[in-house]
Amino acid sequence: MWKWLHSYADPERAYKLAGTLLPWFSALAIGFIGVGSIWGLLFAPVDYQQGDSYRIIFIHVPAASMSMSAYMAMATSAFIGLVWQIKSADWAAAAIAPIGAVVTFIALITGATWGKPMWGTWWVWDARLTSELVLLFLYLGVISLYASFEDKVLAARAAGILAIVGVINIPIIKYSVEWWNSLHQPATIKITEKSSMAMEMLMPLLINILGFGLMIGAITLVRFRAEILARNGMRPWVRELATAEGVK
Amino acid sequence: MNKGISFTQAFFTLLKRDLQIAIRHKGDIFNPLLFFILVVTLFPLGIGPEPQVLSRVAPGIIWVAALLASMLSLERLFKADFVDGSLEQMLLSPQPLSLMVLAKVLAHWILTGVPLILVAPLLAVLLHLDDNSYGALMATLALGTPVLSLLGAIGVALTVGLRKGGVLLSLLILPLYIPVLIFATSAIDAAGLNLPYSGHLAIIGAMLVGSLILAPFAIGASLRVSTN
Repeated sequence: MWKWLHSYADPERAYKLAGTLLPWFSALAIGFIGVGSIWGLLFAPVDYQQGDSYRIIFIHVPAASMSMSAYMAMATSAFIGLVWQIKSADWAAAAIAPIGAVVTFIALITGATWGKPMWGTWWVWDARLTSELVLLFLYLGVISLYASFEDKVLAARAAGILAIVGVINIPIIKYSVEWWNSLHQPATIKITEKSSMAMEMLMPLLINILGFGLMIGAITLVRFRAEILARNGMRPWVRELATAEGVK
Repeated sequence: MNKGISFTQAFFTLLKRDLQIAIRHKGDIFNPLLFFILVVTLFPLGIGPEPQVLSRVAPGIIWVAALLASMLSLERLFKADFVDGSLEQMLLSPQPLSLMVLAKVLAHWILTGVPLILVAPLLAVLLHLDDNSYGALMATLALGTPVLSLLGAIGVALTVGLRKGGVLLSLLILPLYIPVLIFATSAIDAAGLNLPYSGHLAIIGAMLVGSLILAPFAIGASLRVSTN
């Protein structure tokens, strides 16, 4: 059933597939983020409690939820790479790590700028905020572990193990607002029940979340392609590609 | 066919070997302990000697110092064996690697964790810790320091092959130590206020059981990555 998937373990086919998918992901990401942000920032109704400053939600929530999704994607690829020894999966994990770190950083910064007008402080040592900060440290740990090995095959495996160990943090972030009394508000978007948010605000938010996911996908594809080329520099197909592009 | 020694025998042989080696190099036991005491001594000098202030921050200081001491002492967990090649022999031996790794981590905890627990009440006196909190301090250290050794060993196993692993090691394992720190210090604080703290202890206990089961596999996998 999954046999068709196996052929993409081959770097050349993975590179070409990433190349075909890249324009789709990029165009859709630009479209979704454009629509979601303009709708959210200009046309969505004003919040009766928070005024206009709530509008940072349209950046903050997508960044925060995608920071966790990106981590899960990285850990899943790392797991596939470790268990089935598929190098393309290792490269995908290595490609996601810096993007996830940046998205986590965006979530923390936008959260701080939102916290200043609402809570009167940039930062509180609260379960949700602390666990998100730990997520940033985990990303940085994975990146620096990957960077510190000369042999990139070993580097990917070592960083993969660390990424899998760090998965323990993801449910802690997700449920921190329910397990602890937190200054951070509980989740407003619920899949199973009705969301505690007006439809006119929810729609642009969901569009932006999807857009952020697509954007992470697009940047990952770019980095994934670069990673494949860097690790396969000696292969004939890469050399042909380089000659075709006019590289001497 | 000769099956070699049993799992229990292998476990205790390795445990005994590690303890013996450490006892012959006494600095390995005493240096982390001295570091622990010195770090705790720095705080009263840095934030002032008022007993109220010190007793408020004592749980945090003792635990942070314990985290740092545990991390520093972990560096030598696999290093010597890696350098002289005995680690590779362990990887090649027919006994399961996770068992051997568990023996090494246990030896390490006996050598660095237990002395740290024993000296902690003395430092708590110096920091004017609440009288009610001593039980909680000892209980959290007894349950928490093995978790530190187990989680830290994953980081050490990942970096053992690197020449400059020291700073990287702290980046890898300190984030993983944070949950232990949070629950341990909040247990000690609760005990100081005469509140029940068994819930916090139960969570640290759960972390211990979880890491005892899962960490040896992660350490084993990391060692295999680091040595080839």
